[in-house]
Amino acid sequence: MKKRLVLFIPLVLFLVMGVFLYKGLFLNPQNLDSALEGKPIPAFQLERLEDRGDVITNESLKGKVSLLNVWATWCPSCKYEHPYLMRLARQNILPIYGINYRDERAMAIRELNRQGDPYTVNIFDHDGRLGLDLGVYGAPESYLVDHNGIIRYRYAGPIDQRIWNETLLPMVEELQAAAKLDGAS
Amino acid sequence: MSKMIFKFFSMILLSMTLISSAFATPVDTYEFKSVDNQKRALELAHSLRCPQCQNQNLIDSNSPVAQDLRLEVYEMVDAGKADNEIIEFMTSRYGEFVLYKPRMEAKTYALWLGPIALLLFGLLIGFFFIRKQRITEVDEQEISAEEQKELDKLLNRKDQ
Repeated sequence: MKKRLVLFIPLVLFLVMGVFLYKGLFLNPQNLDSALEGKPIPAFQLERLEDRGDVITNESLKGKVSLLNVWATWCPSCKYEHPYLMRLARQNILPIYGINYRDERAMAIRELNRQGDPYTVNIFDHDGRLGLDLGVYGAPESYLVDHNGIIRYRYAGPIDQRIWNETLLPMVEELQAAAKLDGAS
Repeated sequence: MSKMIFKFFSMILLSMTLISSAFATPVDTYEFKSVDNQKRALELAHSLRCPQCQNQNLIDSNSPVAQDLRLEVYEMVDAGKADNEIIEFMTSRYGEFVLYKPRMEAKTYALWLGPIALLLFGLLIGFFFIRKQRITEVDEQEISAEEQKELDKLLNRKDQ
């Protein structure tokens, strides 16, 4: 009897491996964990998109739970995402900081004038240095940042209603509750 | 027999290491400070994965991100940074994922040691099965002295 059971070992091994590999088929390799989750926004000093004289630093983004959105005019998915960002901005849940990534200033400003501007502030990252420090590999990418300027979550891809309701909003509410306890708004 | 198996496996291992050291030349026109720097930078860029086109390394990929990162590697090498500093720079931004060769850590033990464990497991099973077979073969051949005598008698009778 014991001998018979031993003969089942290969079958069991095969089934275990089969289940793992089958699950692997449906994983999205683009869903990478950001290496920056739990770390502060990298230090930067960049001009505001609309105003060369106005310098924004990582310190300027602290104080409120916020959404950091990497976008560019050359990025079609950003155009797809734009109307939803406009809706979010109207709801006034949290400030949306834009990072205009490897783009032309004039084109970016024209785009915002035409399509509407959901961003509280827009950071002009012309040479992509801030994007590199953030680990951006494509646009759009969005980062949830807490009131201490710590990155809590990175979402790669366009935000839509489903992503916002299922993933981002619960986290925003949690972070905002923690911020309130801390005495920040 | 075991010597031959050993030789066979070492030949396979040797040929694999030789294949992996073949390099292509990149198209960038970056001027390195020295030939040594160039060699080291290219080797590093070959060992780093492009975060956007995930099955290409930094040299193979034409994506803007890969271009940026490639240049970053070149500049850091020319600035005299050590390999582990450059790798730290990359992994702190893009995660362990960018390393084609994962680091030896608690969470990668299964990855590194799994194949060796499986091989040992297979060899062990093979060893036991072969030994068992041999023992039964020997069992069949063994006959007692009495039986041998009888057998001889039978054989002799047939000869006559």
